[in-house]
Amino acid sequence: MSKFITVRKGNFSFLIEKKNLRVMSVLFVSLLITLILSIGIGSTLVPLSEIIQTLFGQGSKQYDFIILSLRLPRVLVAILIGAALGVSGAILQGVIRNPLASPDIIGITNGAAFAATAFIVYLGGSVSIKLLPLAAIIGAITVSVLIYLLAWKKGVSPFRLVLIGIGMATAMGSLTTFMIVVTNAYTAAEAYVWLTGSIYAASMQKFYVLLPFVLVFVILALVLSRNVSVQELGDDVATSLGSRVQLQRFLLVFISVILAGAAVAIGGAIGFVGLIAPHISRKMVGASFGSLIPTAALVGALLVALADLIGRTAFQPYDVPAGIFTAAIGAPFFIYLIYRNRNK
Amino acid sequence: MFENNRKKLIGFLACLLLFMISFVASIVFGATKISFSEAYHTFVHYDEENLQHVIVLTTRLPRAIIATVIGCCLAIAGVLMQAITRNPLASPSILGINTGAVFFVVLASTFLSLTSMVQYMWVAFFGAALSTFFVYFLGSIGRDGITPIKLILAGSAISALFLSSTQGLLVLNQKGLQEVLFWLTGSVSGRTLEMLFPVLPYMIVAVAVALFISKDINLMLSGDDVAKSLGVKTGVIKLVIGILVIFLAGGSVAVAGTVGFIGLIIPHIGRYFVGSDHRWLIPYSAILGAILVLLADVLARFIIMPSEVPIGVMTAIIGVPFFIYIARKGVLSL
Repeated sequence: MSKFITVRKGNFSFLIEKKNLRVMSVLFVSLLITLILSIGIGSTLVPLSEIIQTLFGQGSKQYDFIILSLRLPRVLVAILIGAALGVSGAILQGVIRNPLASPDIIGITNGAAFAATAFIVYLGGSVSIKLLPLAAIIGAITVSVLIYLLAWKKGVSPFRLVLIGIGMATAMGSLTTFMIVVTNAYTAAEAYVWLTGSIYAASMQKFYVLLPFVLVFVILALVLSRNVSVQELGDDVATSLGSRVQLQRFLLVFISVILAGAAVAIGGAIGFVGLIAPHISRKMVGASFGSLIPTAALVGALLVALADLIGRTAFQPYDVPAGIFTAAIGAPFFIYLIYRNRNK
Repeated sequence: MFENNRKKLIGFLACLLLFMISFVASIVFGATKISFSEAYHTFVHYDEENLQHVIVLTTRLPRAIIATVIGCCLAIAGVLMQAITRNPLASPSILGINTGAVFFVVLASTFLSLTSMVQYMWVAFFGAALSTFFVYFLGSIGRDGITPIKLILAGSAISALFLSSTQGLLVLNQKGLQEVLFWLTGSVSGRTLEMLFPVLPYMIVAVAVALFISKDINLMLSGDDVAKSLGVKTGVIKLVIGILVIFLAGGSVAVAGTVGFIGLIIPHIGRYFVGSDHRWLIPYSAILGAILVLLADVLARFIIMPSEVPIGVMTAIIGVPFFIYIARKGVLSL
C-alpha cells in the first residue's frame, strides 16, 4: 500500500501522506471536543445531551439562547480566526524563509489594528460598524505594501523585511496609542478591549462575514501551496523549474495579508498564533505545504478556541481576552526559537 | 565631520547655544504664549499675582528641565548600548526596556495600593532594570555571543510579552486607563520636579561615570584582545556600562514614560559630527539629546492645539524613518 493518497482533478493534484491525514483527524476531533466544551462550560453548565440535541435542532428552549446566541458563535468565530492566523503565518514563514516571521512580528497586525482603531475613533457612530473589517484589511494591505517597498533593495532580504517590519510595527503601535490617548474615555476603552484581541460579543453575523474570507483564501493557499515548496528551494532553482517566483510570491503574500487582516478585523490583535501554529504543525506533519496548510489551520483554530475558552471560564467574572493567553504561550515560545537558532 | 579638537570644541559650543535657544523656546511657546520679557522677569522679580509668572515657574520650567534631563540620559544610554553591543540599532526603546518598566507600573497599580508618584517611579525603575537584564541575557546566549539580530529579536519578544501582559491588566482594570496610557506613551507634561529629584542623583553619577570611562570604551571598541593587552578590564567595563544603562534609561522611563528613539537617533548624529571617540561622543550626544527632546516637546504642543501629542508619539514619528534608514543601510557592527 502506498504511503500517500493522491488527489487529482484536472490540472490540480497533490499528495497527502497517510500519517499526516491521521494527525489531521486527531486535530479535528480535538477541535470538535473543544467546541463541545466551549458550548457546555460557563456560568451555566449545559449537559452534553442538550448540546448535541440543540446542535441538531432538537434542543429544548431552555438552553437555546445560551448555546445559539452566545457560546456557539463565539467558538465558531474563534476557530475561523485561529485558522486564518495559522495559515497566514505558515505562508509567511515559507515565503520569507524565516522561522520568526509572522503577521504580528512583521507589522501586518499592527497595520490592521491602526486602521481599525482609526475607524473606531474617527468614524465610530457615523459609519456602519460592519465596515470595520474592511478598514482593517485595507490597513493590513497598506502596511504590508509599505514594508515590502521599504525592505526592497535589489530584492527583499528576509532579515531586512523582519527589521523594517519591527520598525513599522512600532510606528503603528505609537500612532494607535496616540489615537486612544486623545479620544474620549468611552471610545478609548472600546478600542482598547478590541486591540487586546478578544472574541467577546461574537455573533453569527461576524461568523458569516469571516467565513467566506477564510474558506476562499485557505483554499487558494492550498492550491498555490506547492509553489511554496518550490520557492523554499531558493529563487534560482525555483525559476529554473519554471516557477514564476515573483508573481507567486506576490500572490502568496497577498493571501497571507488578507487572512491576517480579516482575522484581526474580527478578533482584534490576537498575537503569536501566526508564529507558533506553523511551528507546531511542522513538528507534526513535516514541512511539505500540502499537509502543512490544513494542519496549521487546525492548530491555529485549536489554539484560539482554547485560549478563548480559558479566558472566558477560568477567571470569572472577568472575561480575559484570548490574546493574552496566546501571548503568554507565544512569547516564551518565540524566545525558545531564538534560543534554538542561537548558533546560526 | 569635525577633524580636530578645536573644531570639535567650537561645534560643541554651537550645540550649547542651540540648546539654550531650545530651552527658552520650551518656556515661551505653548497654549499660553509668554513673552521673553515676562519669562525673564519671572526669574528676576517673581510676582505671584502674575499668571504668566506662575505658568513659567510651575509648568514650563519643570517641563523644560525634565525634557533636558531625559534627553541627555536617553542619548547617553543609547551611545553606551550601541558601544557594548556593537549594534547600530541598539537603544532603550527597541530593546524593550520601556515596555518592561510600563508593565511593572501597571502591575503595581493593579495589585498594590501605591500612593505617591515616587513609589511608581521606583517600580518603573525596577521593571526597566529587570527587562534590560532579561533582553541582554537572551541576546547573548549561544556560541557567537551578542549579535545584532539576536538582540533585536530578543528585545521585540520581551516587548511583546510585556505589552500584551500590560494590555491584559488594563482590560481587567479599566480605572485610570487613560492616565496610565498617557504616561505609557511618554510625556513630560504635568511632571513636577519632585518626580525628578529622587532619580536625579543617580543620573548625574551615571553621566559622570560614563564620561570617566569613555577612554576605556574607545579601547574596548578596538577589540577585546587589544583592550586587555592595554590593561583595560573589559569584563568590568561591560558590567559598569550595563549598570549605567539601567540608571540612565530606567530613570528616564520612570520620570517620563516611554519616550522612544532618542537613544537610537542621537548616537548616530553624534558620530556623524565627532566620530566614535567616546570622550567627545558622550558629551555631544548628551546635548543633542536634550535639544531633540526639547524641540519635540515644543512641536508636540502645536500639532493638535489646544490638546497635546504625547512626546513619545512625536519621537516615534521622527524615529521610525530613521530606524528604517539604518535598517536599509545594513546592520554592520560598529
